[in-house]
Amino acid sequence: MRKEEVIVVGGGVVGAAIAFGVAKGGTPVTLLDQGDIADRASRGNFGLVWIQSKGHGFPRYARWCREAIDHWKPLATELKELTGVDVDLRQPGGFWIGFSDAEMRAREAMLEGLKNTGPGVPYQMLDHAELRARLPAIGPKVAGGSWCPLDGHVNPLKLLHALHAGLKALGAEVFSSVDVSEVRHRPAGGFVVKSSEGRTWSGARVVLAAGLGNKHLAAQVGLHAPVEPNRGQVLITERLKPFLPYPTNKARQTAEGTVQLGYSVEDVGFDDGTTASAIESIAKRAVATFPILSDVRLVRAWGALRVMTPDGHPIYQESTSCPGAFVTTSHSGVSLAGTHTYIVGPWVAGLAPAPDAIGEFSGDRYLDPSRSFSNAH
Amino acid sequence: MPTETKGSASPLFSSDDAERSCSVTLQFEGETLTVPAGVTVAAALLLQGVAPFRTTPVTSAPRAPYCMMGVCFECLVEVDGKPSRQACLTTVRDGMLIKRQLGASALVIPEEGDENER
Amino acid sequence: MNASTIDLVIVGAGPAGLAAATEARTWGLSVAVLDEQPATGGQIYRGVDTSTAKARSVLGEDYAAGALLTKAFVQSGARHIAGASVWNVSRDLTVNYLLDGVSRVLQARSIILASGAMERPFPVPGWTLPGVMGAGAAQILIKNAGAFPSDPVVLAGCGPLLYLLAVQYLQAGVKLKAVVHTTQRADYLRAMRYLPAALLGWQDLRKGMRMLQQLRRHNVPVYAGAEAISVKGKDRAEALCFTHKGREHCIETSLVLLHQGVVPNTQISLSLRAKHNWSDTQLCWLPETDDYGQIEDTRIYIAGDSRGIVGAKASAEQGRLAAIAIASKLQSPGESGRKARENLVRAELRKHLRIRPFLEAMYRPMAAHRMPADDAVVVCRCEEVTAGQIRKYVEVGCHGPNQTKAFGRCGMGPCQGRLCGLTVTELIAQARDVSPQVVGYYRIRPPIKPVTLGELAG
Repeated sequence: MRKEEVIVVGGGVVGAAIAFGVAKGGTPVTLLDQGDIADRASRGNFGLVWIQSKGHGFPRYARWCREAIDHWKPLATELKELTGVDVDLRQPGGFWIGFSDAEMRAREAMLEGLKNTGPGVPYQMLDHAELRARLPAIGPKVAGGSWCPLDGHVNPLKLLHALHAGLKALGAEVFSSVDVSEVRHRPAGGFVVKSSEGRTWSGARVVLAAGLGNKHLAAQVGLHAPVEPNRGQVLITERLKPFLPYPTNKARQTAEGTVQLGYSVEDVGFDDGTTASAIESIAKRAVATFPILSDVRLVRAWGALRVMTPDGHPIYQESTSCPGAFVTTSHSGVSLAGTHTYIVGPWVAGLAPAPDAIGEFSGDRYLDPSRSFSNAH
Repeated sequence: MPTETKGSASPLFSSDDAERSCSVTLQFEGETLTVPAGVTVAAALLLQGVAPFRTTPVTSAPRAPYCMMGVCFECLVEVDGKPSRQACLTTVRDGMLIKRQLGASALVIPEEGDENER
Repeated sequence: MNASTIDLVIVGAGPAGLAAATEARTWGLSVAVLDEQPATGGQIYRGVDTSTAKARSVLGEDYAAGALLTKAFVQSGARHIAGASVWNVSRDLTVNYLLDGVSRVLQARSIILASGAMERPFPVPGWTLPGVMGAGAAQILIKNAGAFPSDPVVLAGCGPLLYLLAVQYLQAGVKLKAVVHTTQRADYLRAMRYLPAALLGWQDLRKGMRMLQQLRRHNVPVYAGAEAISVKGKDRAEALCFTHKGREHCIETSLVLLHQGVVPNTQISLSLRAKHNWSDTQLCWLPETDDYGQIEDTRIYIAGDSRGIVGAKASAEQGRLAAIAIASKLQSPGESGRKARENLVRAELRKHLRIRPFLEAMYRPMAAHRMPADDAVVVCRCEEVTAGQIRKYVEVGCHGPNQTKAFGRCGMGPCQGRLCGLTVTELIAQARDVSPQVVGYYRIRPPIKPVTLGELAG
């Protein structure tokens, strides 16, 4: 192993995008991935590339998300050219759907606040009739919605596949079925990463992008990443001919014609199973939103574990006690994939300075006794 | 790909109608068919020589029943306006309206002023 | 939604489910049996109470014997919920099902899964063409509709059901153009090792031999030891082709009936995350249970072919055994009557299992018909993913069936992996040169059967 090498622990969309960014800069990178046995939040992702409503109360994060939207098209283009994989990125704008006047008012207040701070994300509130003019399939129970021209969606599984194919094309080393158990900082510099089977890798820098595994790995290099699982259940229907050209916050039609419907937010530990009650309530919401879905078949339901921080916002931090060790975690790994590639990758590789005000994403913020956090969706 | 209508190919299966005392009448793509009562839609359509039952969403390939017991999902037809019904798990009923399913099912969005209260 | 607790909920009204229900009732348990068909009997005894006289005489006495089970069930007082499509079973012993367009739930104290078997997929060129069906499908047409092939028909594959169907067709006066089977000398030799045990099940053995004799007597063209089966045709089946004694044959036909054995229906047991192990003798996944059929320490049991292919009679005994175990758990222990009954059931079960190793060895489906060498063969019928595409996924790093979903849509269609799962596991294992056990299987999720959003929304 050459000592400039960056080791990325975790091959989901966060780790793979960061590794891709590192590899593009010409730095040797090794990606260690659990593979088929991983919790793999990436496999359960809803696929939204979303900005409206992001970063409420956290302007730096709002800015981070806004920039990510602009990074997406170049990433999709680059992946297509390098690997031939089309990740089905569509950014036609998107809708949030509301079912009551109270919801609508709260939404408007939040979006107005976001428009007036930081990057100023444009939006438009629409009443039922206005919404119906844009989405003819909308049902009578819908009160209205909010529209943002910057929103979009993508296929998260294809994104994962494209990133891995891109890494391969750039000569990065990817090890699958690896369960990293230990990360050790060497006093002279550099890190040794060990798997539960006893294999080792060494490198000058290490990036922890192991999702829920970050909690115990981060502590080994002086970082604090108090991530907990948060379950989301999602439904997917049979293929349908196109009828919904825009993504909405809890329903989108994929490029193959299937309709993805969401979602639950549950604190159930490490249980990625499904429940009849969540399936029924998501179906209820789907039919209330688009009544024509009533006779459409549900083909699959799944649960996936979001990697959730106490405030729901990312952690990006370089360790001070073990310089060269980074922790990177976010449950919006799809929306942020471009930023992870073009900004975080070069930073962790030492090819670019730290993004400005990156300290606001430090995991140490959770240790501040004067602050309280909520990660309500 | 040509979708043969009923009758242009001879049925692959036939049954001894004399044994069955009851029959039902149903509509298949505008044609009236008289079929034995108590049989599945898949059996009824096979007895009438319908082929194919549907075309696939991916390549519009022609498909027809394969397993007859509800595990292969090849016999999908539209029954009484509802898409993707497994013909082998549906018993024929008088007045049933059956249509082939060509590709993925299409949702019909109601016109303005045609609100469906559900 | 009202849910009142039932002692025993059984999924499936085939031999295992019917026998279990009847047995459980003799021990005083409340029982409900859910099945998606309008009448009991499962697939093997499908329509036994309503089929035509001609069908019954053609299908034979084994089939007619199913009426004993269905009648005993009716008399037992167990509740039969017909037309019920079970879409979810949970470890907390709730069963969600669809009935008359409404989603309902039952709360049980114990559950027996008796979902039976399905025909093994037969991925050969042309198997997706209209006019290609399973031999089991053809039997269902007899049972449900008294329907027989209009023209001389070709049967191809291996396994007792293939010969049984051939004989049933002869009985019905249907002309058999050819019976093409893949059983070779090596299979006979392998099976001989199990002959002593099989001879103890000599009645089953004799049945098989008589079937072959009948075919010969009627001068049915039988091609033994055939290979490289394929179906030719443009928009529908036009010919069945194969190699035999080094020569290629093509037999013109619009109807091809394929069969290479049956495999357990494991969707529900997999969705419960029960451990499943690859069986190299049955070439499929078998759920891990104790000898009563219990999964881990749950109150969920599996009985019949969905636990491993054992045939109708053994399925019924397994159903009875599970019911006895459940009665012991739910009622006061130490009833001597129960032990004596259990011993009787076990003895019957042992008797009916004797022929199995012999049959498994004799009718082992060919590797080439499970892992198609031709890259163009469609493996995932729903999403039209080919064998070649799956091999490519492995080349670019796909290690297991769940990862294939990031590379393509294999297994993501409405059949939920039922017709491609075994093939995908074996193809990946072959490409990686590891055992199927290591490769694993699709993660199966609800709904077990498709339900519409409106039905779920209530």
